[in-house]
Amino acid sequence: MRILLGFLMILVAPFAGAILSGIDRFCSARMQRRVGPPILQPFYDFYKFTQKKAYIVNGLQWLLVWGHFLFVVLSIWIIYSGEDFLLAIFSLTLSEMMLCLAAYSASAPYSNMSAQRELLQMACTEPMLLLTAIGFYLNSHSFMVSDIVSCSTPAILRAPGMFAGLLVILPIELRKSPFDVSSSHHAHQEMVKGVTTDISGRTMALVELTEWFEIFLMCTFVGLFFAYDNSLTGYLIGIAVALAVMLVMTLTDNVFPRVKWERMLAITWSTTFIAAGGNLLVLTLLQA
Amino acid sequence: MGIIEFLIFFPFVAAALLYLLGNGEKIYKARKVIVKGSSLVIMASVIYLAVRVLAGNESGSFLTEANIPNYFVMGGELLLMVLVTYYGFHYHKAYAAVLSWIGTIPVLWLDISGYAVEGLPHFRVDNLTVIMCLVVGIVGGFICIYAVGYIKDYHHHHRNFPERSNWFLAMLFVFLGAMFGLLFSDNLGWMYFFWEITSVCSFLLIGYNKLPESINNSFKALWMNLLGGCGFMAAILYANIRLGACNLSQLHLMGSQSSPGLMIVVTLLAFAALTKSAQIPFNGWLLGAMVAPTPTSALLHSATMVKAGVYLLIRIAPLMAGTMTGVMVTLIGGFTFFAASLMAIATSDGKRLLAHSTVSNLGLIVACAGVGHPESVWAATMLIIFHAVSKSLMFLCVGAVENETGSRNIEDMHGLIVKMPRMAFVMIIGICGMYLAPFGMLVAKWAALKSYIDSGSVWLVLFLVFGTASTSFYWGKWLGKIMAVIHKSQALRDTTHIGEWEAIYPLAVLVVMMCMLFPFISSYLIQPVLNQMFDTIVPPVIGGSDIGVMLLMLSLVISIPIAGVVVSRHRSGITDQNTRSYMSGINAGDDRHFLNSYGDVQPLYMSNWYMIDLIGELRILKPCQMIAASILVIFMIIIIGGAI
Repeated sequence: MRILLGFLMILVAPFAGAILSGIDRFCSARMQRRVGPPILQPFYDFYKFTQKKAYIVNGLQWLLVWGHFLFVVLSIWIIYSGEDFLLAIFSLTLSEMMLCLAAYSASAPYSNMSAQRELLQMACTEPMLLLTAIGFYLNSHSFMVSDIVSCSTPAILRAPGMFAGLLVILPIELRKSPFDVSSSHHAHQEMVKGVTTDISGRTMALVELTEWFEIFLMCTFVGLFFAYDNSLTGYLIGIAVALAVMLVMTLTDNVFPRVKWERMLAITWSTTFIAAGGNLLVLTLLQA
Repeated sequence: MGIIEFLIFFPFVAAALLYLLGNGEKIYKARKVIVKGSSLVIMASVIYLAVRVLAGNESGSFLTEANIPNYFVMGGELLLMVLVTYYGFHYHKAYAAVLSWIGTIPVLWLDISGYAVEGLPHFRVDNLTVIMCLVVGIVGGFICIYAVGYIKDYHHHHRNFPERSNWFLAMLFVFLGAMFGLLFSDNLGWMYFFWEITSVCSFLLIGYNKLPESINNSFKALWMNLLGGCGFMAAILYANIRLGACNLSQLHLMGSQSSPGLMIVVTLLAFAALTKSAQIPFNGWLLGAMVAPTPTSALLHSATMVKAGVYLLIRIAPLMAGTMTGVMVTLIGGFTFFAASLMAIATSDGKRLLAHSTVSNLGLIVACAGVGHPESVWAATMLIIFHAVSKSLMFLCVGAVENETGSRNIEDMHGLIVKMPRMAFVMIIGICGMYLAPFGMLVAKWAALKSYIDSGSVWLVLFLVFGTASTSFYWGKWLGKIMAVIHKSQALRDTTHIGEWEAIYPLAVLVVMMCMLFPFISSYLIQPVLNQMFDTIVPPVIGGSDIGVMLLMLSLVISIPIAGVVVSRHRSGITDQNTRSYMSGINAGDDRHFLNSYGDVQPLYMSNWYMIDLIGELRILKPCQMIAASILVIFMIIIIGGAI
């Protein structure tokens, strides 16, 4: 049953992610007093990409982009079939690493520089993602998602610090300002499309598709903080908060300029250390 | 003669034979046969031992009456002291000689004066011994096989060094013999003897090419390890005279009665182990060891030497659980894991990066041992096995690349996947084995994280998560460099010695195999260790659906290169579907040059990112050593002062 849910969500995730991405672009345009594209625009873009010839720089790149896609899907599957949350994070990390390597393999200046920036971004997010898992573990004494969602108290009550830390690194995962150091949705930084510079056509469609999965995955991380007792209320609150957080992310994207990598490292690591680390300390002391 | 005595003596015999054969063109062939034969014999015997012990046919304690061997050990200790004294005065480094006297004379006095406790078994074999023997025998054996071909190439490239390769190969075997002795010894005095052999041996190996730099670095290794040896000596004296204990297993039994002096012994042993495992502040010697030929580094870093330190820590892990000593060890280990991985980011020399990474990974193992819970001991053992195989593979590859291209700098490995496809593929396996998700190291990290949280060590969790982040940064950079594909480049002519491949391929296969078989390694090899160590049936550390998901990830990872091979068979090379990379100027057509704004062809160079100004070794090594040294000193004063 649970495993089936995992497969079902693999089908649902890209649609949900695409619509979220459409809403993001729509809201963002309205914030800038533009009309903006229709909400279904991501689908049109995707369709256009698939119609194009796949000009690839080398075969390795193509494989690595596939790897990038597969491991994000695996990550979604792991979470929705109620398996180990930590493994989902490992799988996500592996997938991001593959995208970096795809960029590296192009052996081109833009790709190369953004691949390294992407690696730095991963180094910024990884501690917080792991601490998110630890927050869930301290709440429900298990890394299994099935146990996390059926715990009697929602994780947000015991691990608000982890939640705050997760919100800080979320712009990195969603490629939003102020932390869109390696690649951005807008042409407001020197790397522009960064890691995907040397990816085009059908291969690019695959990267877009993966991004939808990633958006959905991030919403899931946020929502998991509110799930309790396996109850519908918990899930609904989770979905509502996730949507609100996405809206906040759109707003942040519009109000903040991009920061330099030093600032990004300092901000993310210090918030992770203080908010999530402090939360961890308190929880450990309470349990001892 | 039992298999144990054979494993200890045989490497020494092989070493003597190799040394006596001398050098010369005619000898090479015979020498190759001897080295390969002896390595295979060693591998076969450790596997035989493993099978016997795991089947329950051989375990327990041996050799209670050991008057004559005792004289041998005393003689050996004296010999080592004389050797160090000679070298110390010869190179005007008298401090090494003094440290050696401090470490040896009290132990000799203990034996002669009769205060030494006797009448207990000197050897012991259990599952932990077997695991370590497998690591030492198999990984060490492959390194020796590699060394025969390597050292020939090495002298071919460096004609100015005096050829002493017979001596070099002999030392490698002495090292293996000493490691076996150390693993089998239960008696602290004997263990100390073999411990000192490995210290002196590494000193001799590091100083192999007798350049001023190598001699300085070898003395650095010597004094640090002898200092640790002094700690070991103090532990032996205290245990024999005050506690009436001469065996590790005796200390283990005392743990339950919690005698106050016990913690002094445990702390001193932990101190010795920290120096041997090159934990900060003692990481300098391992970094310095890079000047030696590659097989030395491979042996020191993966199968022997540093593993002796963590082996001792795992042995005393249950005694450290929840004590101040445990806190000290975990703090040093966790701090080392994080700090060394930062320094690795700012390193571009391939071997030096591997050295930092060894220090960092050992920090993780040390921290696991310091926690002392069954889960963390599981993680520590798993890390030892996976680290040994992957790290030796990496060293052998870097050495082979250096022999081929003349550089071991990571910057020069740009596009290695085109230039040396086979070597690059093996290196990718090695790097993935070191840090990527479904491979062994990460499985162990998963367990380590869990045990750190359960034991409530907040600092350790934070060190682990931040250290993991920086670890993936430096490995990712390296992996990317190797994977860069430059169009129209040709593969270099592969001049790697066949003997080198004979070691590299099996190790690469071993990395992949172990990842697939890790559930079996866990249940058949490591779980019994926990049961013996904690005297209860420990529930499986990893189990159920987690194994399934991990194997699923692994099969996905493996299927990607296989798919790549299938796809590339169908579309060979550059087709019309391929395009040039984007250069932000017009690509001159070969992905190496672009047209600048004057229309001139301009070459392109892409460097990796090292952040040397922020976390360079010159900048943070000294402060880190100060911090770690103060932690160590303060804790030792508190613990030992408190117990006395």
